[in-house]
Parts: sequence; C-alpha cells; structure tokens
Amino acid sequence: MDALFVNLKQSMLNLAGVFLPEWMTLITSMAISMGAIAVLGPVIMMYLTLLERKVVGRMQNRIGPNRVGKFGLLQPLADGVKMLTKEDIIPRNADPVTHLLAPILIVAPALLVFAVIPFGRNMTAVDLNVGLLYFIAVSSTTTIAIFMASWGSRNKFSLLGGMRSVAQMVSYEIPMVLSVVPVILAAQSLSTNTIVEAQSGWMGFNWFVFRPWGFVAFVIFFLCGVAECNRSPFDLPEAESEIVAGFHTEYSGMKFALFYMAEFMNAFTISAMTVTLFLGGWQGPILPSWLWFTLKTFCLIFIMVWFRGTLPRLRVDQLMGLAWKFLLPLTFINIFVAGSWYFASLPVRITSSILILGVSFWIFTQLNKPYVREKRFYDLAD
Amino acid sequence: MPMLDLLVKFGIYAAMIISIVAAIGVVTLRSLFHAALALAAVLVGIAGIFIALRAEFLAMVQILVYVGAVMTLVIFAVMLTERLGDKTVQQNNQQSWLALIGIVAFVSILARVIMQAPWPIQPQNANFLVDTAMLGKVLLGPFVFPFEVISVVLIAALIGAIVVAKGDRK
Amino acid sequence: MLIPLEHYLIFGTILFAIGIYGALVRRNIIGILISIELILNSVNINLVAFSRTTAISPEVGQVFAIFVVALAAAAAAVGLAIVLALYRVRKTVLTEDINLMKW
Repeated sequence: MDALFVNLKQSMLNLAGVFLPEWMTLITSMAISMGAIAVLGPVIMMYLTLLERKVVGRMQNRIGPNRVGKFGLLQPLADGVKMLTKEDIIPRNADPVTHLLAPILIVAPALLVFAVIPFGRNMTAVDLNVGLLYFIAVSSTTTIAIFMASWGSRNKFSLLGGMRSVAQMVSYEIPMVLSVVPVILAAQSLSTNTIVEAQSGWMGFNWFVFRPWGFVAFVIFFLCGVAECNRSPFDLPEAESEIVAGFHTEYSGMKFALFYMAEFMNAFTISAMTVTLFLGGWQGPILPSWLWFTLKTFCLIFIMVWFRGTLPRLRVDQLMGLAWKFLLPLTFINIFVAGSWYFASLPVRITSSILILGVSFWIFTQLNKPYVREKRFYDLAD
Repeated sequence: MPMLDLLVKFGIYAAMIISIVAAIGVVTLRSLFHAALALAAVLVGIAGIFIALRAEFLAMVQILVYVGAVMTLVIFAVMLTERLGDKTVQQNNQQSWLALIGIVAFVSILARVIMQAPWPIQPQNANFLVDTAMLGKVLLGPFVFPFEVISVVLIAALIGAIVVAKGDRK
Repeated sequence: MLIPLEHYLIFGTILFAIGIYGALVRRNIIGILISIELILNSVNINLVAFSRTTAISPEVGQVFAIFVVALAAAAAAVGLAIVLALYRVRKTVLTEDINLMKW
C-alpha cells in the first residue's frame, strides 16, 4: 500500500518498455512524472478553491457553495467552465507580448516546484542534490512575472499593486531563506529526501519542529510563505477593497484563471515544503507515507485558510516592518542558536536555546512597538 | 546511451542559441523594459549552461541572485526612470557600425585562437562531483579571506546604495 | 564532457562581444549597465568551463564564479542607485545629456 504509486509507475514503465527502445526508458519515466504533476497541480488547485470557500463560509457562519453537485464538489468544474468562456479583454494600450507572457511565466515556477516535493517514500519526482535551493530559486522568479503583469497592463493601479507585491515578496524572501538554514545545518544536505529522512526515529520527536530553533524557524518560514503567496493577512497587493485587484486588474478569463491557479499552487507548495522541512515529511506510523504527507499538508493549508477567515489585513508599513525589523533579526539569532545546539549537552542546550530565543523575541517585540501619542487633555471653557 | 547523449547535446546547444538570441535582444531592443526581460532570459540560459557543466549549486545561486534579485532591481530602476517619449527615441548612437565591425573582428580572431590552442584537459575532472559541502569547505578554507572581504563589500554596497538613492531630506 | 571545451569558450566570447557592443552603443545608462551584467556573466561561463575541464581542482572555478556573481550584484545595486540620483537631478538617463563636466 505504501508503494502503490511507485509500483504503478514501474508497471507503466514495464508496459512501455515492451514497445519502446532502450533509451526511451528514462524519457518515459520523466514523462510519467511530469504527467502526474501536470494533472495533480490543477486538480489540487481546484479543490483548494472549494476548500477555501467552504471553510471561510463556515467561519463566517454560512455554508459555502453547495448547489453544484453534492456538498459543492463539482463547483470547481463550474468555475473552470465559467473562466474558460469569459471574454478575454485586452486593454488597447497594453503591451501585447508582456501582457500575454505574464500569466504563463507566473504559473511555470509554481508548477516547476512540484518536482522536488517528496510526496511519499521514494516518490520525489526529481531528487536533486540541491533540491531546497532549487525551490527557493524558482519561487523567487515569480517577481519578474508580477512586474510583467503590472507593467504590461498600462494601468496606474496595476503598477502600484505590482510594485507593492514585488516589494512584499522580495522582503519576505530573505527571512524565508534564512529560516531554512538551521534545517540545512541539522540535516547536512540540501536534498529534500535527505531532509525528510534526517527527521526519522524517536517516534516522531525527531521532527525539526519539536526543537526550539526548529519551532521558531517553522513559524517564520510558514509566515513568510503565506506572505509570498500574497494571501491574507498579507494580501494588500491584491485585495479588492484596497487597490482594485492589484497587478491582475486587467486580466479576465483564462489569464485570470492562470493567476488564481498560480496563487493556490504556491499555497500548496509552501505547505508541502513546510511539512517536508519541519514536520517530518511523509513519516508516520500506520498509514501509507503519501497519505500522511497529504494529511499534514492539508492541515497546514487549513491553517492558511483559517488565517484568511479570521485575521485582518496588515497595512503596508506594518507588513514591511514585520519582515525587516522583526523576522529578519529573529532568523539571525535562530541560526546562531541552531549552530550552537550541536556543541552543548542535552539539558544545557534546551534551556539555553529556549532562553536566548525567548529573550530575543521579547526584545524585538518591545523594539517594534508602534509609536503611541500621548493622550491630549482639552481644557474646554465652560 | 548515444541517443540520450544526443538529446542532451541538443538541449545544451539550444540553451546556448537561446542565450545568444536573447543577448542580441538585450543590446538592440528599443524598449528598455523588453531589454531587461531579455536579460532575464539570458541569465536563465546561462544557468542552464552551468547545469550542463555540472555546477548545480552555482546555477541555483545564479537564478536566485540574478533573476530573483538583480533583475528586480533593474526593472525597478527602468520603471522609475521611464520617459514618455522613449519609444521614438533612437537608442543606438553614431558608433554602432564601427562597434559592430570591431566586435566581429574581435570574435573571429579569438575564436580562431581558441579552436587552435592546445588546452590541457584533465580527464578526471569530467565526473568529479562538486557538491555544496565541498564548496563550503573551500570557502571557509583556502578562500576565507575573499569571503570575508566580499561580505564587507556587500555591506558597503548596501549602505552606499541606500545613501545615494535616498535623496536630500528637506 | 559531452561538448568540447572550445564550444563553451566560444559561447562565452560571443556573449562577451555582445555585451561590449551594448556597452559601447547604448545611449541609456541603464542599457549600459545591463550590458555590463552580460559581460560579467560571460566571464562566469569561462571560469566554470575551465574549472570543469582544465583545472587541478574543479571547485575553485565555481567559488570564483560565486564571488563574481556577488560583486556583479553589488555593482548593479550601486550603479542603479547612482542612476536614480542622477535622474532626480538632471531628469534624463541618456548619456549624451549628462555633459556638464565636459570641456
């Protein structure tokens, strides 16, 4: 049961090996993986939209969509048909090449990242030995596509929303990358498979989230990941009440569907990466490994949707202040604590790391307190 | 397998040709934004060549630093300094034909020399796996002094860029 | 080595030449800066190609290339900051119009 998909792929390869020559085996294997990802990505995105709508609806004391199909399960298909049949409006002044290429270039990195996620035991599509760096590098190319989208639309609101979105993504990339460094230190490898296997043993207490530096790194990575996806509470660049719709104002129909798809696929990959790096990946006692991975990822996606349903939006200066003045110094101290974890004995290192991290967290919250004006007293003539 | 090698070679040559075409686009496109996007394409092509040369860490660093950060900077600068009439303004100066002749001569002489020089190729290097741990050891071993100096350079560049671009506070 | 060393070197040379053409010919300062980025990348290709084939230890060329990447990024940052400051004062980014110090 655990090796269900691996055996399935192997049997497909054997079947194909009857017809095809020897050298095509590798290409067929890659094609099967790519086909699986190309099917998995959009299907996950579709059902994530449904999950979000229903969960946010329940949090707002209403039922989400439930007309189309039982429990609204066919709603994403209806949404897909709607988006496909909408008219594709292009502004007259828009730069045609840039306007057309932007949605494509924003979906490509979102799909490319699926190649290094370990979906289960031996179920990574490509086991790169720099897998984690590949994830970070590819997801940082999204900024260029956002620039193209905002510039190509020739719209002041698009430009403003695009600039804000890029500023947010660039600012939150740095704590995200630096918060992963303790994990690399502990697992001593950049390959995602090796990182998952370094968290094995001890009935799950070896997961990096249960160590003090790992917990801080988990929180920082998850928050920065939520900011990278432009999701609430960091969705200033694309919230409807703020700036029309930010950089994808001028897009309609299938192109908007591509932007929407990229956002949800990014949310899925960030959750999947958090599970891989901190929560032990596909490890778990009884159920098959891919089922554990799916359960853990969906828990994190539920937490992302929970954030959307409950937290108010951050203002742009609060957003940037959070990244540069709070998360970044905390990640530096986290790297220091994680490095010194390996040089002290067991009781010393737990207490000292919790102490150092707690004190620094308190210091940074004190330093980042907003400026409160003193209360004014009005002497009114009676 | 010779067929797979052929496909890989085709891929590497395709990356090279795409990089060269995009580089020609960088220097000739009229709109500066399109030139910046062509530069991003060149950088991705060069990262592909790095992967062909089995330098994966460097390829990922190239994409992360160049395409992720430097291109963002360049495009911000392009957007902030755009002039309205730039579409009709000619963007090559009078030296274009002379420069073209000069660089064609340069490339042909250098290509001839390269093809004829006896390069001392060490065959054991071809399959040597250079992983990140080895690069880290070299950076903190023989190359620790340039490593520290470059951190100072980056701090200086950071502070300098902020101070220069900030402008005067009235 | 699937592709002989000379092909990588000629590719590097062509990119270098295109970069120099851009640096000589472009009128916009930012255009010159992006051509310089192209030159630095061609140098990186040379370094890594040599380190993979003719070097005694193949990781040295890659470390050198990492330094070049970092320095190029720093140079781009400072150069673009200067361009922004210049634009604020002179309201132009064409090299011909920035001629106050010419005799």
